[in-house]
Amino acid sequence: MSATFVGMPAFPAAAHAALGNAQLRHNLAHATGTIRAKRQRLVDELDASCSWEELRLAGAGVKESALVDLGTHLERLEETLTANGATVHWARDAAEANAVVAAIVKAHGVDEVVKVKSMVTQEIGLNEALAAEGIAAWETDLAELIVQLGDDLPSHILVPAIHRNRAEIREIFLERMAAAGRPAPADLTDEPAALAAAAREHLREKFLRAKVGISGANFAVAETGTLVVVESEGNGRMCLTLPEVLVSVVGIEKVVPTFHDLDSLLRLLPRSSTGERMNPYTSTWSGVTPGDGPQEVHVVLLDNGRTNALADEVGRQALRCIRCSACLNVCPVYERTGGHAYGSVYPGPIGAILNPLLKGVGHDDQVDSLPYASSLCGACFEACPVRIDIPSVLVDQRAKVVDAHRGGRPKVEALAFKGAAVALSDSRRLGLGERFTGLGLRIGRRFGASKWTSARDLPPAPRESFRAWWRRTEGGGHGG
Amino acid sequence: MVEASKPAREEILGRVRRALAGVEPGYAVPPSPRIAPVSDVVAHFAERVADYRAVVERCSAADLAAGVAAALPAGARVVVPAGLTVPVPGADEDAGFTAAELDGYDAVVTEARVGIAETGTIVLDHGPGQGRRAISLVPDRHVCIVRADQVVPDVPDALPLLDPRRPHTWISGPSATSDIELDRVEGVHGPRTLHVLLVD
Ligand code: SF4
Repeated sequence: MSATFVGMPAFPAAAHAALGNAQLRHNLAHATGTIRAKRQRLVDELDASCSWEELRLAGAGVKESALVDLGTHLERLEETLTANGATVHWARDAAEANAVVAAIVKAHGVDEVVKVKSMVTQEIGLNEALAAEGIAAWETDLAELIVQLGDDLPSHILVPAIHRNRAEIREIFLERMAAAGRPAPADLTDEPAALAAAAREHLREKFLRAKVGISGANFAVAETGTLVVVESEGNGRMCLTLPEVLVSVVGIEKVVPTFHDLDSLLRLLPRSSTGERMNPYTSTWSGVTPGDGPQEVHVVLLDNGRTNALADEVGRQALRCIRCSACLNVCPVYERTGGHAYGSVYPGPIGAILNPLLKGVGHDDQVDSLPYASSLCGACFEACPVRIDIPSVLVDQRAKVVDAHRGGRPKVEALAFKGAAVALSDSRRLGLGERFTGLGLRIGRRFGASKWTSARDLPPAPRESFRAWWRRTEGGGHGG
Repeated sequence: MVEASKPAREEILGRVRRALAGVEPGYAVPPSPRIAPVSDVVAHFAERVADYRAVVERCSAADLAAGVAAALPAGARVVVPAGLTVPVPGADEDAGFTAAELDGYDAVVTEARVGIAETGTIVLDHGPGQGRRAISLVPDRHVCIVRADQVVPDVPDALPLLDPRRPHTWISGPSATSDIELDRVEGVHGPRTLHVLLVD
């Protein structure tokens, strides 16, 4: 079973540890740089033929239209799914969702399930919950398999095993596959094609015998009761098609009103995510199709803090997120610390706002430190296909952290000092650290005292812009 | 377990309503922009599909049967869906085979519902001539027949042609992963070879 993020140190300490890992930093710089270039090429291509900005506006509009009337769309989704033969469950939190899934699996008398990569099932710790009930949950995405066999944590939304190189993956396969099923061939090389072939053989026996499949969904269409899963490897198709029973755990923010609304989102997501015009496979299903695929279909609609985020006027827009990971790939803080430092399945700029929005601030230092894991450079907003103004939400969340600690523990200065400063420089560079502390406090004073009212306002510019600082100091200038 | 979720439903919907108190429910979604027209949509489709390292061949209706035969390796065990309009000598028609039985086939031949030129995507809606989702998934080689008149310029042209009540599989090239050091490897779990016959 994979490890969990529970008990992670706050961002500054975790970032500091990550900065010492040369392999991680090398892999991350290569990965984010490669994906950034691919994405940019396709954005430019689309821009030459229509308008990327108009497409972003359309995509943001679709998600916004769903959120501002979420109750209506959720009820409609329940109605259409039910009419299509699916069973709809509602879960307030992780424990409820896990219990629903475990009960369905047990009702079929099986002790294993196959899973499609899904952020939400990681969020609720489903694999661990099923393990506690004696049910093995097999991850089938190649990267997730690497993470699971290595008893490791995902570090990126799109490429969760990006912190591992091919030699490490070969070792993991040789050492661990046998205990989980079909062993890796003894003469396995570290060629990516050979490693992928070993994963194909290892997982195929699981796909062919699986009775229950578990997935998330990228989108859920209220009007038609259609779920959509976007993927590359075909493991998603396997899990969605071959088992007799399919259980999909879907965050309530995944709903879109109409089938046609998929247009802008299906054009934005692959270009922003993998830098492809379209991902290899997209599957859609509307409940049960007689004679084709699972004949018992369940959908678990999950809150788990989403209604907290929805109630936050500034933060609500974070629920538009389509988990493309473009904001991670452009983030200078993420590039240097990697995903683990964020202590959550949602890392990078989106994680820095989504975690405090879902969990609330003022209870947990780890969560409270996340809004400071940024230099407010704005690259994430520029990259985001659904135009989430992450810098404004970060600033607003910082103000809320300040408010939560008012009169209590004087921790905010420490958080402000350590957040982005550790990641971007090195705590030994005190001059720089002080500059960030000053910035953090100016923002804290300004927004902690007054109510932040407009989502459109931009945060106050630091005296020296992040980009200028980056250029001047050659990106902090430290090898690692 | 369904009963237990009843209070959760009411509570979640209640929280949603409270969270949105005072928020205007109507939101005008700006239309998504259309790409500039291309002169030859079918050629554009062929190029974009080939970009994914799929095999693309154009042929006339008269040559289709021969094209299908040539796309299948000698001696391959082939499964076809009911309603396929092209004869494939020696192939077995899907009789509701189990996944394990399908795993014994080397190749599948299907038709398609729509081709999307801009993204190089083939959409199956698993109707007659396309078959259940499993048959175009388990065999390692997928020979897919797309008629030129099924090709549309872009995603917004395809959606109105698709019936949302049916399951769909959108296929853009063969199965692929970049999970290991971002090196692209074709073929993980889906068919490792996608062979498209584009019929003029
Ligand atoms: S916040 Fe935007 S850029 Fe980041 S993962 Fe979500 S949709 Fe993508």
